[in-house]
Amino acid sequence: MIFKKQKNNSSYITTKESRRISALNRRLMRKLEKKRALASSNPNSYMTEMKDKDNVVEFDNVCTWFFSDVGIVKAVDGVSFNVPRRSTVGIVGESGCGKSVTSLSLMQLLQRPQGQTVGGEIRFNLGDGKALNIANTPNSEMMKIRGNKMSMIFQEPMTSLNPVFRCGDQIDEIISLHNPKMSKEEVKTRTIEMLNLVGIANSNGVYNMYPHELSGGMRQRVMIAMALACTPELIIADEPTTALDVTIQAQILELLKDLKEKVDTSIMLITHDLGVVANMADYVVVMYAGRVIEKGTAEDIFHNPSHPYTIGLMRSKPVVGKKVSELYNIPGSVPNPVNMPDYCYFRDRCEMCVEKCSGKYPPEIKLSETHFVSCWRFEQEGEIIDYPKSVKLEDL
Amino acid sequence: MGEFILKRLFLSIFILFFVMFIVYALMYSLPTSYVESMARELATKPGSTKSAAEWLVELNAQYGFDRGIVGGYLQWIKTALAGDFGDSWNWSVPVVEEFNKTIWYSFILSFIAFILEMAIAIPAGIIAARKQYSLTDYTVTVFSLIGISLPTFFTATILKLIFSVKLGWFDIGGMQSRNYITLSNFGKFLDLASHYVLPALTLTLVSIGSLMRFTRTNMLEVLNSDYIRTARAKGLSESRVINHHAFRNTLIPLITILGGSLPGLFSGSLITETLFSFRGIGYASYYSMITGDIPFTMFYLMFVSILTLLGNLISDILYAVVDPRVRVH
Repeated sequence: MIFKKQKNNSSYITTKESRRISALNRRLMRKLEKKRALASSNPNSYMTEMKDKDNVVEFDNVCTWFFSDVGIVKAVDGVSFNVPRRSTVGIVGESGCGKSVTSLSLMQLLQRPQGQTVGGEIRFNLGDGKALNIANTPNSEMMKIRGNKMSMIFQEPMTSLNPVFRCGDQIDEIISLHNPKMSKEEVKTRTIEMLNLVGIANSNGVYNMYPHELSGGMRQRVMIAMALACTPELIIADEPTTALDVTIQAQILELLKDLKEKVDTSIMLITHDLGVVANMADYVVVMYAGRVIEKGTAEDIFHNPSHPYTIGLMRSKPVVGKKVSELYNIPGSVPNPVNMPDYCYFRDRCEMCVEKCSGKYPPEIKLSETHFVSCWRFEQEGEIIDYPKSVKLEDL
Repeated sequence: MGEFILKRLFLSIFILFFVMFIVYALMYSLPTSYVESMARELATKPGSTKSAAEWLVELNAQYGFDRGIVGGYLQWIKTALAGDFGDSWNWSVPVVEEFNKTIWYSFILSFIAFILEMAIAIPAGIIAARKQYSLTDYTVTVFSLIGISLPTFFTATILKLIFSVKLGWFDIGGMQSRNYITLSNFGKFLDLASHYVLPALTLTLVSIGSLMRFTRTNMLEVLNSDYIRTARAKGLSESRVINHHAFRNTLIPLITILGGSLPGLFSGSLITETLFSFRGIGYASYYSMITGDIPFTMFYLMFVSILTLLGNLISDILYAVVDPRVRVH
């Protein structure tokens, strides 16, 4: 009986199993790296066209996997959504459901070769009808659009700035990198201008300061200035306010909202704070265990949450003016991402299961023009669009 | 900054005073006393009229051994402050002269090894960190472990076996060939240089491993930090990320090690020098210690102590240069 119990422990693997996993990982990683090298040497394989020209980014069944020592972790597995031009898309979900991995796949900042985008397309609009498929784009091309056409604000302002360089120099660097024709004075003027734009009063002083001389909120402003410096088409804000206190959080969000209008850009806002999403986002994408389970406009999601997970999330946030003795919490936790079953990932925590839930993973169901949900409860109510496409291990 | 340096210098003098006292006390209590063996030798000489005990009393008075530890130490300080470090008992020449004769051989040897160590270990450590878990990484790791684990005498012997016995490229020891006198000036230089090769190689091989591992660990830590991801997100090239953003941060801990190796440059390397019969300071200091040569040992250890204190001060100053967070205003 003791032996049986050990087998159920998912973090326990035998030496044989571990050896098999690392052999498989090595083989797959080598193959994928080769395939990638081949694809990135050929412009045809990474130049594509957008499905809808008004989108900045289109995620199309993106699969990003990590080849870890305990098995393949499908951190993102068949994610599809769009970021329309000049809009804010909020991505919400619990920790570990693939929000950050989605954004890192878009920037191609994953730790290769362990982390790989193994399937699907991420189409990034370059304007004039052309688009890049990020999954196949070589690093040399990525360097031109990172920081220039899309930039990222990270969640930890305390550690995201290099401690040994002056703030001004760090912003100068990105401006002169993407605008090689600018003279040093022009770059500096632009940096000071950016610092003013993000609401730093003493911009000349901050220009010469080191990151450790600034507070967390100020550092996040510097990060935002850096992200905006080249007027990108898309800003990815990866939990930009998580490390800040509530007052500063409100200031930073206000600033982002304000700047979005001024600079005319799209924002992909990753957060697990529903309040932030309600405040900022035009569209909301709810992720769970590496898949999109519901997406729609902010109104769809907040006024008509359909997926049991979204409903649970809504119920678990405090509402002003409403007295409750205890906040709701969704039972259980996110399942182990290794060896996911092929039924609805939320089934084991769901309180609204129907018969079909024990079967196949639910498809994306269209509830309205903008509202999509992946739940069998709506099978009859809407049009079935598509099942999320994962990659078969044999096809790799 | 100036005030900080002054404060530190003042503190260093204070520390030095006590360090030298401990050294003197240890030398004084050593079981092999130069004076005693001298007395015994003189007593057994033909025509000696005094016994060993009588000689001892006389010599003790002559060499200042009758003052006790504190008295003797204060006497040493008094003369040393006047710039007089006395004559070496073992070599019967002024201490400074003997020191000057041997130190440069050791310094050049250590300096070559130091430069080689940095030039190989730091880039190798960085490459290993960049390609973590690759073949290169494992190769570097294995070589550094070998370097750390093998003792000097083993490495030296293996090198001698390969390069001197089997290949016959270099002499097995010593500092000059037999025909040294007959050589031209340039020939003499080449001859001396060829005798430096094996000791320098040994020193490099034994010291390279730890620095390599140290660089690798630090670089890995830096490469996994958030600001490196920021640098990549800016669109910087990989080489710029590594050489500019990451390297400056790796330098911070490396500086401590390099600052700490300043005394090592002058203190010589006892084992290596002995193994290759290399007449450097390591060899000289070893013999002065086992013969109980107090003036020479005191001078040598004072020199090393000053360098250690200075090395610490220099690494503190360099810290402030590379890391703005520790700058004193």
